[in-house]
Amino acid sequence: MRRPTGLLGDPTLLGVFGFATFLALLEVVPRLGVVAPDYLPPASRTGVALAELAGEGAFWTALGDTLRGWFLGLLIAVALGIVVGFVLGTAPILREATASTIEFLRPIPSVALIPLAVLLFGTSLRSVLLLVVYAAFWQVLVQVLHGVQDVDPVAQETARTFGLGRLARIRHVTWPTALPYLLTGVRLAAAVALILTITAELVIGAPGLGHEIGVAQSGAAVPRMYALIIVTGLLGVAVNILARQLERRLLRWHPSIRREVPA
Amino acid sequence: MTDRLRRTVRHVVAALALPIGLLACWWVLTADSDSYYLPPLSEILASIDDVWLHSGRLRTDVLPSLLRLLGGFTLAVLLGVGAGVAIGSSRRLRAFCEPVLEFLRAIPPPVLVPVLILFAGIGNTMKVLVIVSGCVWPILLNTVEGVRAVDPVLLDTARCYRIAGPARLWHLVIRSASPQIVTGMRQGLSIGIILMVISEMFAASNGLGFSIIQFQRTFAVTEMWTGILLLGLLGFLLATAMRIFERRALNWYLGLRQTQRGGDR
Repeated sequence: MRRPTGLLGDPTLLGVFGFATFLALLEVVPRLGVVAPDYLPPASRTGVALAELAGEGAFWTALGDTLRGWFLGLLIAVALGIVVGFVLGTAPILREATASTIEFLRPIPSVALIPLAVLLFGTSLRSVLLLVVYAAFWQVLVQVLHGVQDVDPVAQETARTFGLGRLARIRHVTWPTALPYLLTGVRLAAAVALILTITAELVIGAPGLGHEIGVAQSGAAVPRMYALIIVTGLLGVAVNILARQLERRLLRWHPSIRREVPA
Repeated sequence: MTDRLRRTVRHVVAALALPIGLLACWWVLTADSDSYYLPPLSEILASIDDVWLHSGRLRTDVLPSLLRLLGGFTLAVLLGVGAGVAIGSSRRLRAFCEPVLEFLRAIPPPVLVPVLILFAGIGNTMKVLVIVSGCVWPILLNTVEGVRAVDPVLLDTARCYRIAGPARLWHLVIRSASPQIVTGMRQGLSIGIILMVISEMFAASNGLGFSIIQFQRTFAVTEMWTGILLLGLLGFLLATAMRIFERRALNWYLGLRQTQRGGDR
């Protein structure tokens, strides 16, 4: 993680310094009364609340609920996206016939489904999954469709000349071409899925971090609310890093990653 | 000519066949549905008129929603592009801000709704701020990337010709970064719609999100479905408007890319 530290121009050092400044601002601004501390507690008090959270069983249960909703939703969305994407992408007729429908369904904000989810499933996990899968599915699907389109016709013809069947061509030609696109889709979908999981918990009241935030807010436990929000932010950062790592690992052979490797 | 006509007809058929088929399926399958959750499509479509047009909800609910979205989105673009250009132009400033920005961006925007309720109450200000707080990140970060990638040769050339200040900013920096800026705007817009709805679901006395939740809570299922359809249509229309804007604003860039690829598509 740490790079050899240079002097003033070292980006890591500047970044740490930037974060420290941010925290200091959060500490000083409420203390000086620029913003009422009831609205924005000093960073140290939020820190204390954060430490208290770590000692609570309920917090870890909520975190587990959120992670489960996120992971299951993402998994379903990715599986669906791959299957549908490959089926539509490898058959031009299907692709043409579905293009307009996809373009119409995609921009529908998934939160429009909240009332429906509540009516159908109440505050259960299935409500969360409905929203998460709907939102994340399009991210994967569109990327897979782009990826399947990107196949080099020469490679495709070559594979055909060598007598590779349809499945073998998908395995050896289409899949490797589409994989980078797919992983971009997974990265986008992972972030979207997290947002939707927490949103669903917050709005619908399904158990999880979002629900805890809602409870803290209505109970006027302001530092606790900020602490929970920080946890969701950290979770978001972790998801981003994880997705990047996955991409790097699975695409080690790909020129775009190999070029990034420092000499 | 006839060949072209035939191709156009084929495209139109291909574009319309599936949506019409799906709608027809929905219509037929729910035709005599007595399921509480799935009222017949014919009933839903018939009540759109009553629920949204005659009752004046278009003016009292949809219009305020759209105005909040427009206000929040515009503010987010101004803020995002402004701060993005500043941060993108300086390597030091970028290194200084990046970790904080990455963290702030990773916070799911809807959780800021409770925070902003504390600060700004439950009025329009809160809703606009919620929209700004979510939209601004993709615009800001994409602008930073775009500004960072400005061709150094062009920068040097501009310096040689003593093009500086606003002219350099507008004709060189913003223009070079505009493909990324527009991408950020597109991402920001879809987040904005989501936040518009969510902020209204929390605490509001009007708005599209408010109406839909109210229908759901009073178990007015048919009315709720019309709201969902309307919201879907709105999302689609805004995305289309964004695409038209993109094509206009980036005409030069799309053309350039085509020539570079040597393709005719």
